[in-house]
Amino acid sequence: MIPELGQFALILALLLSIVQGTLPLIGAARGDRALMNLAPAAATGQFVVVLVAFLALMQAYVVSDFSVLNVVQNSHSAKPMLYKISGVWGNHEGSMVLWVLILAGFGWAVGRFGTNLPPTLKARVLAVQGLIALGFLAFILITSNPFERVVPAPLDGRDLNPLLQDPGLAFHPPFLYLGYVGFSIAFSFAAAALIEGRVDPAWARWVRPWTLAAWVSLTLGIALGSWWAYYELGWGGWWFWDPVENASFMPWLAGTALLHSAIVVEKRDALKSWTILLAIVTFSLSLMGTFLVRSGILTSVHAFAVDPARGTFILGLLALATGGALTLYALRAPVLKVGGLFQPLSREGSLVLNNLLLSTACATVLLGTLYPLFLDAVGGDKVSVGAPYFNATFVPIMTPLVIAMTVGPMLAWKRGDLAGALQRLHWVAGIAALAAIATWYAHRGGPVLAVFGMAVAAWAFFGAFAELVERIRLFRIPLPDSLVRAANLPLSAWGLVLGHAGMGVTVAGIVAISAWNNELVVAMQPGQTVRLAGYEFTLDGVRQLPFDAARGRNYEAQIGSVTVREDGAVVATLRPEKRWYPVAQTETTEAGIHAHGFSNVYAALGAQDAATGAWSVRLYQHPLVLLIWGGAAVMSLGGVLSLADRRLRVGAPAKRRVPAHAVPAE
Amino acid sequence: MTALLRSLALALALLLPLAAGAVEPGEKLADPALEARARGISQHLRCLVCQNQSIDDSNAGLAKDLRVLVRERLTAGDTDEQVMDFVVQRYGSFVLLKPPFKPETYALWLGPAAILLVAGFGVAVFLRRRRTEAVVESAPLTEAEKRRLAALTDGSTP
Amino acid sequence: MRRLIALLPLAVFAVVAGYFLVNLTSGRDPRELPSALIDQPAPQFALPPLEAVGKPGLGTADLKGQVHLVNFFASWCVPCRAEHPVLVRLAEQGTVPVVGIAYKDKPEASAAWLGQLGNPYGRIGVDLNGRAAIDWGVTGVPETFIVDREGRIRYRHWGPIDPVAMEQKILPLVKELQR
Repeated sequence: MIPELGQFALILALLLSIVQGTLPLIGAARGDRALMNLAPAAATGQFVVVLVAFLALMQAYVVSDFSVLNVVQNSHSAKPMLYKISGVWGNHEGSMVLWVLILAGFGWAVGRFGTNLPPTLKARVLAVQGLIALGFLAFILITSNPFERVVPAPLDGRDLNPLLQDPGLAFHPPFLYLGYVGFSIAFSFAAAALIEGRVDPAWARWVRPWTLAAWVSLTLGIALGSWWAYYELGWGGWWFWDPVENASFMPWLAGTALLHSAIVVEKRDALKSWTILLAIVTFSLSLMGTFLVRSGILTSVHAFAVDPARGTFILGLLALATGGALTLYALRAPVLKVGGLFQPLSREGSLVLNNLLLSTACATVLLGTLYPLFLDAVGGDKVSVGAPYFNATFVPIMTPLVIAMTVGPMLAWKRGDLAGALQRLHWVAGIAALAAIATWYAHRGGPVLAVFGMAVAAWAFFGAFAELVERIRLFRIPLPDSLVRAANLPLSAWGLVLGHAGMGVTVAGIVAISAWNNELVVAMQPGQTVRLAGYEFTLDGVRQLPFDAARGRNYEAQIGSVTVREDGAVVATLRPEKRWYPVAQTETTEAGIHAHGFSNVYAALGAQDAATGAWSVRLYQHPLVLLIWGGAAVMSLGGVLSLADRRLRVGAPAKRRVPAHAVPAE
Repeated sequence: MTALLRSLALALALLLPLAAGAVEPGEKLADPALEARARGISQHLRCLVCQNQSIDDSNAGLAKDLRVLVRERLTAGDTDEQVMDFVVQRYGSFVLLKPPFKPETYALWLGPAAILLVAGFGVAVFLRRRRTEAVVESAPLTEAEKRRLAALTDGSTP
Repeated sequence: MRRLIALLPLAVFAVVAGYFLVNLTSGRDPRELPSALIDQPAPQFALPPLEAVGKPGLGTADLKGQVHLVNFFASWCVPCRAEHPVLVRLAEQGTVPVVGIAYKDKPEASAAWLGQLGNPYGRIGVDLNGRAAIDWGVTGVPETFIVDREGRIRYRHWGPIDPVAMEQKILPLVKELQR
């Protein structure tokens, strides 16, 4: 009964999206208020109805309703409840419903909170949202219906892939989708602006909060995925340049460029054409990512089942949405008025450089990911593009960007003084040099590039505070006065600081683990001790744990106990595991990890040698690895602070009536 | 039931590839220089039955077989390149994680630099053009505005 | 000029989408890799026989003189079980000699498996450590090769052979090579 309700709800959503996608557009063209006001109403209705569908699917999973095919294929009665719930989106059909739910949710939010938007723009934005929803709802109903019944209902399901039965991975998709789908709003705003034929600072102000929210979510989603891969896949890798990882990274790169480009539109009424293009490209990359994962043309850990019919449908959606928007761009972009002037060497100029480098980096990742496909399509050799390619091409593009990231905010708008800016960064350069020396001293046998890398990381981290230091005139006026100024700074200023500083933190973590990773693979008898990176690792023993569904353990486990000591004192006891999931017939490894400062000690259990009884154990010390995800968290926090800045959230009631020119330019 | 499952698991575990960490202790070569070369080569060879991992990183049976093979060839005196060629001869270029630099992959390797140059050039042109466009865009003064300008400048001190 | 530049993104997208379409409609399984050994002579190998079954072993020399179908199999391999009846039928028809290589399989298990499902192989080689398979560029089982009279590999079928593939791809090529 409830699944049928869910299906009906989806059909209703489809009808509403047709209404939302067409009538407000007509209304905006004709200036018809009534038709335009349909948009928020339809958006609200759509959100409610899709929510009903989503909850109906969740209900089927929670009660293990095996008459629903989707539940049979992806769940099992012995699964712990958390994974029954996260199983809803751990498969193709369910994840599409989550996608559409978030799409509808953002649409509703624009309708509800976008009260300051001019009616025509709002109507057009919601209409484009509606059209996107229409495409995806049609896709779900025609090719990927989660509510299909199976008769007769089997006694139990086929279980969720054990790799996905993990808390980190349970939350990874929702954050990612909030990011991917959130960029649809920027896309809709861009399309609406092109239809209107006008992009102005107000437009950039309206777009910014939505884009920021999407960007923060995507950053967190990618970080979660990376962290999950690190502790689950058994050997401390945190990024594999897997096609689907790349598919999530490209919208992030483009989205970052978009955020920065929008600043120029807002502050200087310039770079409009480029910003519009970025808004279209970012969401198109999200769509392309969806296509790559679900069409079956690429294999990947993430890929859902191969199905060319679905692939063709999504390609059609991609062609309509992206092709349509880019056609609109080709026709209307030349109409947009050229904006404010600036010297190449200025804050605008540095943001142009930012755009250039981020776009090139994004294009590089795109090229590497899709090249094997393209070469194959023209009948060439089948080549594969792995980490070595990306390390050789991506890193040299991003490094100048991270360096320039510190200088950019020090330049004035319109006409910047590079020499002056660099002079005010002397102290940062000094710290970077110190960092280089310290690194060289601490790791004398290590790679030379690591010294450079840590210097760049220090330059980025401390440089992020440089502008702040200027604004509060630190050490030039009495300290209490500086602190007062700091307290009165707009939140978005802190957002900038944390965003850039977080980048520096992540770079430091990446350099550390790439350069100074310590590893030891050894056969150990219980009771044996080995030394690695100043620690002593003792294998205490391995115990067996049987399958026990009643206690939430739908697997058999071999759990090792490894005691870690430093200078004789116990630092941690690691418990690496090997699990066997009988229903799914899969084995997984769970690493034993302990954080010591910002670094990890890490142990993975291998097989037991039948002859000698020794266990194969992989031991690692990962220096500063936590900084990788810590940096991402700091960047996200920066984004959240910027979001919280009331000045940038149009639609929030003004705290007090302040004349426009009193707001400090930044 | 559990006993059956356990023996089934054990039976399968014996036959299926061992899901151990890669590079078993038993695989390692005695000579550290050779072992280092083996690790380096392994990191550039793709595990063909895995998702985007090198044979150095992977648990799979085929990865282990290839790791052992690489070490055997190195011990037999092959150079790094000869070992890679040996594997490529059997599995094709696809097994290389770093795509070879040949006519078919020129676009791949030269692409990023080319994109950067073209885009950079485009940006430079864009910035130049805007300045000239802006100069052109200023409309000439009307008669009334000219008189006002004259009045203002005549009255000012040098 | 501005118009032309504004068209560029659309043009790039059209190219990318075109490639996607070609790839989608080609119907190929992305996991399948083309064999690097097509038109190359079969690798040098000499594998011991499977004692319990009483058929001779398999080596490079045995592949010369006639067209052969070389099938890599294992008792622990589920798709091999699915394709086996197709091979048994082919062997019964006598169109082309079928030979097998047991890949990383315990000889007792292979023998038992063949006893249970039937033995289409005129010769069976036992590849315990998988080294011969690596020489053939095999990534898993089942994989089947067509080797011509001169001992050159002419075709590789990845995965189990279904009756359709047998009719449409393998038998026609075999017949052509036998002329």
